[in-house]
Amino acid sequence: MALKIAASCVNCSACEAECPNEAISAGDGIYVIDPAKCTECIGFHDDPQCALVCPIEETCVIDDSYPRYQAA
Amino acid sequence: MELTDREVAEAAIKSGAGNVDEIMQKMAEHKGCETNSDGGKKASCGTEAGENDLPPEIWEKVKNHPCYSEEAHHHYARMHVAVAPACNIQCNYCNRKYDCANESRPGVVSERLTPEQAAKKVLAVASTIPQMTVLGIAGPGDPLANPEKTFKTFDLISKTAPDIKLCLSTNGLTLPDHVETIARYNVDHVTITVNMVDPEVGAKIYPWIFYKHKRYTGVEAARILTERQMQGLEMLTERGILSKINSVMIPGINDEHLKEVNKAVKGRGAFLHNIMPLISAAEHGTVFGLTGQRGPTAQELKRLQDSCEGEMNMMRHCRQCRADAVGLLGEDRSAEFTTEKIMEMDVNYDLATRQAYQARVEEERNAVAGAKANELQILAGEDSDIKILVAVATKGSGRINEHFGHASEFQIYELSTGKGAHFIGHRRVDLYCQGGYGEEDALETVIRAIKDCHAVFVAKIGGCPKKDLAAAGIEAIDEFAHEFIEKSAITYFKRYLEGVKDGSITHVDKGDAEIRPGEVAVDVVNETVAAE
Repeated sequence: MALKIAASCVNCSACEAECPNEAISAGDGIYVIDPAKCTECIGFHDDPQCALVCPIEETCVIDDSYPRYQAA
Repeated sequence: MELTDREVAEAAIKSGAGNVDEIMQKMAEHKGCETNSDGGKKASCGTEAGENDLPPEIWEKVKNHPCYSEEAHHHYARMHVAVAPACNIQCNYCNRKYDCANESRPGVVSERLTPEQAAKKVLAVASTIPQMTVLGIAGPGDPLANPEKTFKTFDLISKTAPDIKLCLSTNGLTLPDHVETIARYNVDHVTITVNMVDPEVGAKIYPWIFYKHKRYTGVEAARILTERQMQGLEMLTERGILSKINSVMIPGINDEHLKEVNKAVKGRGAFLHNIMPLISAAEHGTVFGLTGQRGPTAQELKRLQDSCEGEMNMMRHCRQCRADAVGLLGEDRSAEFTTEKIMEMDVNYDLATRQAYQARVEEERNAVAGAKANELQILAGEDSDIKILVAVATKGSGRINEHFGHASEFQIYELSTGKGAHFIGHRRVDLYCQGGYGEEDALETVIRAIKDCHAVFVAKIGGCPKKDLAAAGIEAIDEFAHEFIEKSAITYFKRYLEGVKDGSITHVDKGDAEIRPGEVAVDVVNETVAAE
């Protein structure tokens, strides 16, 4: 039910401001997504905003260790 | 008794408490910190328009802005604070992974700052470098993609250092949304990077944009971008905010098209156009670097700038500096002001000292301007179609005062009977002078960078390089050491024309030269060398 940020993150912070759930914050050298808050932007936007604004491809990606988010 | 220009200038400077360097030194001693007495190192020249060419209210805005006034950049410094890391578009000449202290080019920084850290840094720099008059936010992403951080920084600085001019540089995508705020903070100068007005051209430069929660690609992305840029420019012009347009010249993609860009931005009230060469090397990891897209040669760049010059003011002195640069254009003192050092500094923002120092700078400026007024008289009565380029080694203050071997860049002047000595740009030669390269390599680098010049003016030069330069058709001239650049160049040119007339000199057109990009990381260079 969440996206995650890969080690290829360049720490630009662009995703933080775009997240409608305030799920993204600065971590240790890269930004991190709180899986408990992330809704994959469902209910807000057509696509996950962090993945769209991220300058590095394949960095904001679906975290397969969680089941896909289901809108209530 | 008739004084020479130089004597007049020197007398004017001496009339006060001392010259700029001395004041700097005294201030530094007082503050107990080290300074480089060579504070004017590598100064070069925005628009050539002077006090008499511009409306007074415009002149007032640009006269102390090193990026808007060619003349001011010899005397005033700027700083950028890297508070804006996020970006909302992707450009094929930019690699967001880069973060290196040895690079000098846009988009690159060593450390990012919070607005509070940035405000402290501005005060620290303003106290140490009293000729620092301009604060810019230029990235390393897009300032207007980080509006809270950008405007918070302006807010803090406008309260603690109200005499500092604020400016920002943007890709323009969200500019229309922020023009009101920009006006509210009295931001007088906005730079927009405009590489195209035709979306078909734009599609080759921008892979995507992020706009209103969607990612757009191709022609559609470029269409939105150009519409927003032009709308933003018009809104700035309506509010009397001066705008400069930066364009990256990409041969085969937008080189011819930039003439249309020039007309489009001029028509919307842009004040100054800065056409810069594409910086593109494989080791930068940009799309253009990896695809082998080349940058323009020196003469290609000059021809395009010349063809736009009749339309509007052209900036020729841009150094394509880093998003955290500090100092005069062409120098970078950012290493003196790392966050660690700033937080330890006891900053005392003394407006009166800054103003006293700047008053002295004004005297020096007037002296240089006075010298310049007479120079064209030297060419009175001469009329020739011949134009030649000369390179100048200078540390600043408008004089030929740098040793050939110490120059990290050369200023280039075009000499003609119509315009006298006309500044047209600079050529970097710094990389190969350090770190493992032999003397011969260094000289070859310089020759490649200035081989479209007939002569190089230096304060001093050794016998060997002089001979090698001569073999490459470049005359090394040290007889004007420490004299004013323009007057010396014109004196040389008059002699050159006389030589052509009496047959002792055969005029030949020189070829083209290379534009050197900003420094690349030393370890990258060494790897490249090792591979060869």
